[in-house]
This record gives sequence, C-alpha cells and structure tokens, in this order.
Amino acid sequence: MIQIPNINISIIYPEIIIFITAVIILLVEIFSNGKKWYAQSIIALIGIIVSGYAVSNQWNSFASGFSEVLVADNFALMFKLIFLLGALLTVFLSIWYFRREEIQQGEYFFLILSSVIGMMILSSANELITAFLGLEVMSLPLYVLAGFDKKKLLSNEAALKYFIMGAFASGFLVYGITFIYGATGTTNFDKISMVISSRSFGIDPLLLLGFILILIGFSFKTAFVPFHSWVPDVYTGAPTPVTAFFSIGPKAAGFAILFRLIIKAFAPIGGSIIPILWILAVLTMTVGNLIALTQRNIKRMLAYSSIAHAGYLLISLVVGNGRGASAALFYLIAYTVMTVGAFGIVILLGEKGEKDLSINGYSGLAYRYPAAAVVMSLFMFSLAGIPPTAGFIGKFYIFSSAISKGFIWLAVIGIVNSVISVYYYLRVVVVMFMKPEIQAGRVVCFPVSLMVAIILAAIGVLQIGMFPQGWFEAVRYSLIGLF
Amino acid sequence: MQLAIFIIFAILCIFGSILVITLRSAVSSAIALVFVMCVIAGLFALVGALFVAALQVIVYAGAVMVLFLFIIMLLNLKEELISEDDKKFTRFLGIVLGTAFLFELAFFVRTALMRGSEALYEPVPKTLSSIAVISSELFTKFLFPFELTSVLLLIAIVGAILLAKKKNEK
Amino acid sequence: MSLGLAHFLVLSGVIFAIGVIGVIIRRNAIIILMSIELMLNAVNIALVAFSVYMRNMDGQVFVFFIITVAAAEAAVGLALAVVISRNRKSVDVDDFNLMKW
Repeated sequence: MIQIPNINISIIYPEIIIFITAVIILLVEIFSNGKKWYAQSIIALIGIIVSGYAVSNQWNSFASGFSEVLVADNFALMFKLIFLLGALLTVFLSIWYFRREEIQQGEYFFLILSSVIGMMILSSANELITAFLGLEVMSLPLYVLAGFDKKKLLSNEAALKYFIMGAFASGFLVYGITFIYGATGTTNFDKISMVISSRSFGIDPLLLLGFILILIGFSFKTAFVPFHSWVPDVYTGAPTPVTAFFSIGPKAAGFAILFRLIIKAFAPIGGSIIPILWILAVLTMTVGNLIALTQRNIKRMLAYSSIAHAGYLLISLVVGNGRGASAALFYLIAYTVMTVGAFGIVILLGEKGEKDLSINGYSGLAYRYPAAAVVMSLFMFSLAGIPPTAGFIGKFYIFSSAISKGFIWLAVIGIVNSVISVYYYLRVVVVMFMKPEIQAGRVVCFPVSLMVAIILAAIGVLQIGMFPQGWFEAVRYSLIGLF
Repeated sequence: MQLAIFIIFAILCIFGSILVITLRSAVSSAIALVFVMCVIAGLFALVGALFVAALQVIVYAGAVMVLFLFIIMLLNLKEELISEDDKKFTRFLGIVLGTAFLFELAFFVRTALMRGSEALYEPVPKTLSSIAVISSELFTKFLFPFELTSVLLLIAIVGAILLAKKKNEK
Repeated sequence: MSLGLAHFLVLSGVIFAIGVIGVIIRRNAIIILMSIELMLNAVNIALVAFSVYMRNMDGQVFVFFIITVAAAEAAVGLALAVVISRNRKSVDVDDFNLMKW
C-alpha cells in the first residue's frame, strides 16, 4: 500500500505563481497577433511582484513539504527574494534593449521566469536530486537565452560554449551525487549529516570524492577559478540584459545550495573541506581581478569582475558560520543592484548591434551626458568597494566575518584584491571625466523602462550603503533555524 | 558465471566507448554509442534492474540517440577535420587529465572498498527490482522532482523550437 | 570471486574518464555532446550498482531522472547545433574564433 506523503503544497506557491505567469506569456505569444511585447513584459512584472508577495507571506513559517525534499526556511526565502529582485530588474533592462535589437519574442520572458523557478528550487532544495533538477531547470533556459540573438554568430557561439560547459559540469555533479548516495544510502541533507556523524571511523573517502565532484559541478556554474574559462566569451556574446541576469541569478543560486550543503549536509566533515574552499577563494579573487586589469571591453571587464566578486563571496563560504552566511546574503543583495545598474548603463550607452563596447568609447561622456556619467561612477565606486556605497559595506561585512573566525590571511588577500580592483573600476570613471570626447555624435535616448531599472539600482546602492541597519536585521533574521 | 558475463560486457562497453570518442565521423560515433547503451542495459539486466534496463534501451538508445542521428543526417556533417599541428597539445592535455582523473577515482574507490567488508563481493539478490517499488517511490518520496521533470521538458521543448525555427518574416 | 560492487564502480570510472577525455579532445560539438552522454551513462552504472548492493531503490529512481535530464539537454544542445550550422556551415568548436581571451 502506498503511503501518502506529507505534501504541503503551499510551500511552492511562489514557484507555481511564476510558472503560471510564464505559461500565460507563452499563450499570449501563440494566440495574439500584433504588438504584445509590452503586454508580456507587464505580465512578467506582475507575476514577479505577486510571487514576491507570496514569498514574504511565508516568512517565519519554516515549513517543509513533499517528503522533506523542500524546505522554506527564511534562508531560502531571502534567496528567493534576491532572485525575484534580479529578475524584476532584468525585465526592466530587457524591455527597451530587445526593441532596439528588434528581437521582441515573448519566449524571452518565459525563459527568464522558468530560470527563476529553477533558482528558487535550488535555494530551498533539501535533497540532492531535487537540487540537481532545480539546477537543470535553471540552466536549460540560460543556454537558450545566451543564444537568443539567433542571427548573431557571437551569440550562437556563446550559447554553444555555455551549453557544453554546463552539460559537462552537470556530468560531474551527478557523479558526485552518486558517490554521496553510495556512501550514505540517502540524498536527503539531514539524513546525510546524520549518517556521517554516526560513523566512528574518520571520513569516508567516497564521501569526500562525492563532495569534490559536486563542488566541481557548481564551480563551473558559479564560475570559480580554474573553472571560469567560459565566462568572458559567454558574457560578451550573450545579449546584455541576459549577461546581467547571468552574473546575478545563477551565482546567487549556486551560493544558496553550497551554503546549505556545507552548513547542513557536510557539517560533520567541515574541517576537511575548508582548505579546498580556501584555495578556491584565493584563486578566484586574484585571477579574476588580475585579468580584469587588462580588459579593454566593458562587458569583458564586468565578466572578470563578476568572477572576482564570486571570490569574495567564497570567503564567506570558508567562514561558514552564521556571520559568514549573513555577510554573503548582504553582499549578494548589494551585488545584485550594483551589477544591474552597471549593465543598465552599458545598455543605455550602446548602439544597435553593440559593435563597439570598448571602455575608451566612454571618453568625455561627462560633458555630454553628465547624469549618466555620475550614475555610472556611482556603480563603479560600489563595485570597487568605496564608501558610502553598498559595495563597501558588503565587503567590510565579509572581511570582518573572516577576521572574527580567525582567517586573517584570507581577509588580507581579499583586501589587497579589492585595492587592485579599484584601478580598473576607476579607469572607467577617469575615462568618462578626464578624457576628451573622441566619438562625436553618440546620441543616447533615455527610455522609461531602462531608466526605472537604473534609478532603482542607484537608489538601492545608496540606500544600502548609507542605511545598512535595516538590511543587517533582515539578513540576520533570515538565518533563524539554520544553525 | 555472472562474473564471466560481466567481464565480457565490460570489455565490449569500454571498447565501444573508446570508439565513440575516436571515430572520425559523427554517424559512426553515434552508432557506437547506441551499442554502448545497449550493452549497459545488458549489465542492468544482469543485476536484476529490469525496469532501468528497459528504460535505457527504449528511451536512451531508442529515442535520444535517434534524435542525435537525425540531427547528424539533417546537418549532413562533413567528417571532422583535424589539423595535426595545433590539436596535439589539447589531445595530450585531454589524455593526461583524463588519466589523472581516472587514477584519482581509482584511489578513492579503492580506499573506500578497503574500509568496507567482504560483503561488497556478495552476490546480488534478484528479487529487489520491481516496477511497483519504483513507481511508488516516484509518486511519494520523489513526487516533487518527478513533477519538476515536466517543467524541465516544457522548457526543453520551448527552447528547442525557439532556437531551431526559422524566423517568420513580417 | 563473484561479481561485486567494486567491478561496477571500476567500469563506471573508466567510462566516465573516457567521456571526460572525449569532451576535452574532440572538437565536433555533436561528438562532445555524445561524450557527455557517455559520462551520464557511467553515472547510471554506478547508481544501479549502489542501488542493487544497498538494497535501496532510490538509485534506480535517480536513473530515471538522469535519463530525462539527458533527453532535455540533448534536445536543446542539438537545436543549438542546428542554429549554428545554419549561420555557418560547420560545428567545429575551434572554428569559433570571433572570441578570444
């Protein structure tokens, strides 16, 4: 006789809302003729906001469901809000961009939203197979999105490269899951941790092998060095709003699942994992920053800088306690707004086809469009970690969490790295304000939707930077029940 | 007896896998892969996992590989051109990395098995596999991942159609 | 000696490594995709072996999921190959030289 499991469907309401929205957009695409791009974008925005409301309703409920494969603790909910914020800003970035590029296909919003479903499932997965399927639901739309500009060969190549790397990484990931299943007989995080701590003899090598393979899989997805080689090409080739989405969504989702794995499932063998993560963190920060120094193309520069930011976030993973996790959440919120803002300005200043994205193309921008130059400088300051911006507080929080746990060297390397990064971020500012205008006649129009995204991001950067207290509280509350 | 069959299957399987990655033409590689999948299905049947063996043949070797062959024929791929000079390094690197990875795996698996007991070499009970058990697991313990696969397949359909359809000129 | 878990794990490891080598050395996108399928098949061998030896059916359920995922991935990957070959008459990865370091 089949035992009916505890389903508790209410914990996936946010995902269901997003999925229904995505399907409605698809139906609109099929059954309506004429102009529907704006209608679809508005449906997407409404869906995201309603889903955000559903997420906030679950706050402090600590529910779990579907035979414990999903949990909706505050930690997962906070991540879901970050993904929804990222998706909201990405939709605002996209409305005008795809109009300019003349590829207004409604499937775009379907793909963005279904990728968000995958991220949300990744953040609340409490079981490895669910996490794996969530990862695939997240990645599959991303492969298509990278190649969304079908006529552009650069975009096609980006998609193929991303796809091959992603599928390769999934192979490692499932192999890792297999070994963990083999070593413990289960894939549920709580049970894995119970099995590990009940063993009397040290660490099971199969378990360690499984963890390393899983880490390799997620390292490809979140672009840790040395698994980052696809990042610059894919980030450059994909349409710019998609690039912005790449650098915020999958990264945050990867950290969500890695945190849950390390804090819950592998807590008993945490000691032997830390050195691996330590090396990964140092490599990711340093290599990302050093290569970013040499970049001439703004999208490539932002790609390498996103690798470096993943390195800072890895520091908080090494710290691994409540302080580290809250620092990571705070940094991810700050990183989301500042990255979206920077990409928004790149879209604003680009021309159709985006043939020229060199940093030097921005020279003299301050004379022609002072407001755009000032806002771009704000985002660059924030990415570099200069007060009074969100980036500064975020970095400060991460480094101080490292010091409080005794990882002095890691904090020192992180600080040195962020000093290096100041050089290439400030170069953009210098070019805009100090260099004479070479490219006469760069005409910029200011579309409403894009301005909304940029202004929201700018306000976010300043608000988080100057009044971080409320955000600290929210982040701290989101860790209840995790430790 | 079981061991003898396993060894024959394993040798066929490894031989086929090597063919998949070394054959020049994509069609031959795909045929070799179909062969490998069928042999693996045989291995599953050997240990009594009959349902999975059937899945392997019907879905994997049948549907997925037919899709591969279909696309290869459709694109009419020319044989892979390999200019020797610049590919040697990647080849070398690939083989070194792959072998290193294999040794690493072997090391871990060996240490793990040393810890385990002789029980690992016990013959397998044949009664375990049944569709009833698998299906009840799918609809209870793994209900959510099971439902999630439908979302995954919808995304794959939309994505594949979106990419492959020709632009309808307006 | 009778048939044991170790035999299956060794076979699985060998096939996985062959798949990894294939992904690294081959330049044809479709053959790379087939090498990835090879890796997933290696995973299936290990899963079934663990499942049978631990007398726990979860592993065989996972095989079901992995086959589904492989099918979905293959559909998207092959569609990408079609798009690219339409834009350009080859699918060799090394032909893509628009993007450099």
